[in-house]
Amino acid sequence: MKTSIILVAATRLLTALLLLFSIFMLLRGHNLPGGGFIGGLIGATGFVLYAIAQGAEATRRTLRYEPQNIAMVGLGIALAAGVFAAFFGEAFFTGQWWFAGADPSDPDDKGLPISSVLVFDIGVYLVVFGSILTLVLALEEEV
Amino acid sequence: MEILVAIMVGVLVAASVYLMLARNVLRFLFGLILISNAANLIIFASGRLTAEAPPLIPEGADAPLETVANALPQALVLTAIVIGFGLFAFALTLVFRTYQNLGTLNSDEMRLAEPEEGGK
Amino acid sequence: MAKSGAEVPRVYGGPAGWISVAVPAAIFAWMLQYVGPVSDGNPVLLALDWVPSMDIRLSVLIDGLSLTFALLISGIGALVTLYSTKYLGNHPEYPRFVLFLMMFMVGMLGLVLSDNLIALFVFWEITTISSYLLIGFSSDEAKSRRSALQALLVTGTGGLALLAGMILLGNVAGSFELSVILTQGEAIRAHPLYVPIVILFLAGAFTKSAQFPFHFWLPNAMAAPTPVSAYLHSATMVKAGVYLMARVNPALGDSELWFWTLVIAGGFTTVFASILAVRQTDIKQVLAYTTLMALGALTLFIGTGSPDAIKGMMAFLVVHSLYKAALFLMIGIVDHETGTREADRLRGLGRKMPLTFLGGALAAISMAGIPPFVGFIGKEFLYKAGLGHEQATWWITGTIFAASVLMFVAAGIAVLRPFTGKLADADTPQTPHEGPWAMWIGPIILGVFSLGFGLFPDTVEAWLVAPGTWAVYGDYDYTVDLYLFREANAAFLLSLATFATGAFLYTVHRPMRAWLGRVMEANPIKFDPGWDRVLDGLKAVAGWQTRILQSGVLQRYIFTIFATLAIGVGATMYLKDVLNFRVDWAAEFDGLVFKHWAVLVFITAGAILTAITSSRMTAIAALGVVGIGVALIFIMFSAPDVAITQLLVETLVVVLVAVAMLKLPHLGLAKDRKRRPVHAALAGVVGVLVTLVMVAVLQGEIDLAITEYFETASWPEAYGRNIVNVILVDFRAIDTFGEIAVVVIAALSAYALLRGTRYGNTDDEIEEGRK
Repeated sequence: MKTSIILVAATRLLTALLLLFSIFMLLRGHNLPGGGFIGGLIGATGFVLYAIAQGAEATRRTLRYEPQNIAMVGLGIALAAGVFAAFFGEAFFTGQWWFAGADPSDPDDKGLPISSVLVFDIGVYLVVFGSILTLVLALEEEV
Repeated sequence: MEILVAIMVGVLVAASVYLMLARNVLRFLFGLILISNAANLIIFASGRLTAEAPPLIPEGADAPLETVANALPQALVLTAIVIGFGLFAFALTLVFRTYQNLGTLNSDEMRLAEPEEGGK
Repeated sequence: MAKSGAEVPRVYGGPAGWISVAVPAAIFAWMLQYVGPVSDGNPVLLALDWVPSMDIRLSVLIDGLSLTFALLISGIGALVTLYSTKYLGNHPEYPRFVLFLMMFMVGMLGLVLSDNLIALFVFWEITTISSYLLIGFSSDEAKSRRSALQALLVTGTGGLALLAGMILLGNVAGSFELSVILTQGEAIRAHPLYVPIVILFLAGAFTKSAQFPFHFWLPNAMAAPTPVSAYLHSATMVKAGVYLMARVNPALGDSELWFWTLVIAGGFTTVFASILAVRQTDIKQVLAYTTLMALGALTLFIGTGSPDAIKGMMAFLVVHSLYKAALFLMIGIVDHETGTREADRLRGLGRKMPLTFLGGALAAISMAGIPPFVGFIGKEFLYKAGLGHEQATWWITGTIFAASVLMFVAAGIAVLRPFTGKLADADTPQTPHEGPWAMWIGPIILGVFSLGFGLFPDTVEAWLVAPGTWAVYGDYDYTVDLYLFREANAAFLLSLATFATGAFLYTVHRPMRAWLGRVMEANPIKFDPGWDRVLDGLKAVAGWQTRILQSGVLQRYIFTIFATLAIGVGATMYLKDVLNFRVDWAAEFDGLVFKHWAVLVFITAGAILTAITSSRMTAIAALGVVGIGVALIFIMFSAPDVAITQLLVETLVVVLVAVAMLKLPHLGLAKDRKRRPVHAALAGVVGVLVTLVMVAVLQGEIDLAITEYFETASWPEAYGRNIVNVILVDFRAIDTFGEIAVVVIAALSAYALLRGTRYGNTDDEIEEGRK
């Protein structure tokens, strides 16, 4: 297939930018519009663009991991984040928080919040990302 | 606005039912996309529409300071969109595969599972 | 038999073998610690909440009854698995066998230890399913498959009835905990639902324990490998029904209905099965029918319900498990080492297989009820209970007498005949020789227990029978006393008569067998072929209704679905008078500006265009307009997360459709004029109904309690300012997890569809098909 050289050159940059943006959306999701679903969709869109410009095989090479494996790993991470709470004697999927470097005397100072909820959202991100790429790449390769 | 959305959803559903009743499975697929949009709108509008007040809690507050849009239907619709996409993608590959294997998009000609003679 | 080519000889079944022995042995050892407290009359209750909101708990009740069962299950389980390491250790599917057997054991232990009815039911079904897998273990034989399916359908149907009964009982008693239910016998018996509860429970118990008229599956289940028969179909699983009846006896027992149903069904099964037992020539089948007989006797005595009867039942339960498992294992060794189980071909094996003979003989003497074995005690106490009961005395006693006589004969057929006499050379497919230690150790240990408990009846009384009797009878003050011999009373005289009659019948058992065979042939009612006819009938009904309901035309299915929807919704709305509202149009148009109208018009137009166009590209473009329009609605009404998601998904939909179209150049939208006006009318009706329902919903009050909870808890409890995201990943995370699992499954299914399933059609053939 003949592809525009501008598209090919631009996609490398665009994919990287979209990937970065998707992670930004993922991380800010808890407090502002964003989150794992949106992040995953944006990230996948970046690679879909790449696949259109460079073909499915190049995309697979760039991804390094099979997208269906990424999706399964994501599902595993999400499950692990849920099961994590059980170790503290709480119901499944109860959020566990750790406020790194927070000042305990100030209730509004949350430091750097790290939580099982964030891990869960990362799982969601990977699932959405991997699932969509599984579909698109398989469909691309199928002639 | 809710009532007008309700009327519009009625049109969407009517269009998708009409499409899904067609013999061409591609039309069926289009009907599927339309009906999932309609379903999302139903859920969204049933939680009431609130303009320009996203369900976010401002910095420094413990809860939204004024009335904000209903967050619950939004959460439901968000996942429904993604699931709807999964369903659509699966249906699309099914149509695609069916066409490759059977060479037709007419559902009347797809009689592998239930042959014409009626029951084996 | 062997399906896979890899034939690696395993020593004692390899790791799977040793693990399978170690697990039940460890459980047995662990359960022993409860013997002390339980024999003092103190049941142990352990609990773990499972689904607290539905009162479903993983609670464990260890009293005399469940402990007896647990010890039998784990103890015999260890011997049977040890036996299997040699019997099946080199079978290519051996690890699978071990897995099923362990699954069964877990199910069975759970069944007898559960204090919660729902948990009990779950374990009950596990035993049903694992039994199905084990009976059908030789899955390449049609007979195995049929027997397995038969067992599954019969016991599974009973299981469904049992579930219904349990739900009724739980509602009547106000709790699903057995420890609570068992104290409410009076109230339950007085409740109007008592009769249905009993019928449903007994349907479950009778099918599981193969009581007449559901007895036919058990002899067929002998298609399973012999260790399975020894374990499931004599010592444990078939006793699950007996266990259930004994368990709920304090709650459901002590009524006319209970008494007569159990006594008649149990008694009939007992006699019927013992006659059939003598008729068989395959020793394994002989044992199968005597098992049926024992189950009948246990049912009979639970029904009788007097303390003496329960005591006799508990004693006989232990006795029977000990000798029957041993005999099954013994016949397994004979089968394994000689290649046949036919009673007429086996003679004089005793000299070649002395240890097997020893184990079998110990068990058979116990089964024949000869002192000083524990079988004698079991029989004596059954006689005593029968003679001492004022209702149906002669029916109960006579049944047990007939059964005991025939058991005596069966014991002779199973052990005396094959092992004694002259060794008939070349009559067996293989030259007989002694089996390995792992196989004969089981029967010997069980046989020694039969003897030991007979010599020292106080031990079994204190450890198992007395606590069991208390639990079943529901009275912890009753004194249980087992003994071998005290005086020559009526029961003892009956025993003597049993031996005399039995010995006589044994000498004539071969002509008797031929005569019985002729009688049975003449009997017009046959259960096994009857079962086939029932199944054929079911299939015919299924075929008939399939032909009516399933035309095979997709369009008609969809039409039926939407028409049903329209009628259902329309009728409900009409009957419930939900259209009784007024729309405030002024408020509706208030504040609408150009952008709102534009979006509404665009979406409506896009939908209509998609429906009527015959151009593929137009349809895709119109769909895009609808999708973007919907995203705009989300933006206008404060749903940024949803809007972003919708836009991205819309983009991906277009990409996917475009890619698919690219690969399918012939994908056009052909004109489709047939029956379209009817379709348009139905579509219009459904659309109007949806609008009406939605308007009706919008007129009602909205309850925002959940939303308000999320709004106020989002930051203080979940530390998130984006409420939608907090709902997704924290408050409702388990739902989200389910949803992403669905996404993965959809993606993987589509992937498999694209990669794995192409028929042999070449492009030419497709072209051919298109013409």
